Amino acid sequence: MSGAPRARQPRPKGQGRELTYWLLTRYTALALFVLALAHYTVTHFVYDSSIQTAEWIKQVRWNSLAARFVDWSMLVIVMIHSCLGMRTVVQDYVKGRAQDVVLGLLYILTATLVTLGSHVVLTLPLS
Amino acid sequence: MARGSTLPAPRRGIRGAIAYRGGEGMVAWAFHRISGIAVSAFLTLHVVSIFLVGANPEFYDSLHLFYASAPGKVAEVLLGAALLYHALNGTRIVVMDLWPALTAYHRQLWRIVWVTFFTLGLPGAYIILSRIWETAK
Ligand code: HEM
Repeated sequence: MSGAPRARQPRPKGQGRELTYWLLTRYTALALFVLALAHYTVTHFVYDSSIQTAEWIKQVRWNSLAARFVDWSMLVIVMIHSCLGMRTVVQDYVKGRAQDVVLGLLYILTATLVTLGSHVVLTLPLS
Repeated sequence: MARGSTLPAPRRGIRGAIAYRGGEGMVAWAFHRISGIAVSAFLTLHVVSIFLVGANPEFYDSLHLFYASAPGKVAEVLLGAALLYHALNGTRIVVMDLWPALTAYHRQLWRIVWVTFFTLGLPGAYIILSRIWETAK
């Protein structure tokens, strides 16, 4: 894979792992079109973002299990999508041994964010 | 064959990565990559800050004051623009990848991306930015 521009990643040949990643990027993208845009609409248009204090999140935004389930699903889906996306970016610009190191850091970052996000959405007491 | 008719070999490094080599997907691709990286960077900060809602609510609230500031509102609009472009262009990509027959309409799809971007984006930006002078009243 080179840094040469292309309109998009070409569909990988065959049935291997790369094809799974390529398809996963696309399926998560379709889900995010709904989830991420709806999330932005709710947090920036329906409500003024500046009123959303920690107490407000507890009392209003996350006072239902359904809302938390949607947000947790979005967390998992977006982390898969952005991790696969950043993997392509890293593979384009970082070569050789350094690539393995940077990819390793990317995976650690992804796992950490999934853990932190899951922790707060699952353990913040319901009000 | 004339030498100039072949594309130059990609240069290595950042210069090579961002050099213009033509092709009509170039702009779409560059914006998609930049917006994807920008939204991923925001997402990293966003997940950490939301984690603080449980771990340290006072600290969360103090960081969150940024969203009430004028630079914060401008940043919100920029985030929204990056997300909206990435979502629209990404859907264009997925449509062509999963239904290759529609690739024949790639110009129309590209136009739909930009028309939708400005139709939704300009009023959206206005709503968010108007809070700057509304709260100042
Ligand atoms: C909102 C709906 C979204 C759609 C429809 C979408 C669509 C896509 C598609 C189709 C690709 C693959 C492009 C290719 O193979 O060349 C992609 C790449 C990428 N996406 Fe998304 N995406 C969305 C949201 C997000 C979000 C929320 C993030 C970050 C948090 C993100 C980060 C990335 C990154 C970093 C790439 C890699 C860019 C590259 O390879 O140049 N995307 N997106």
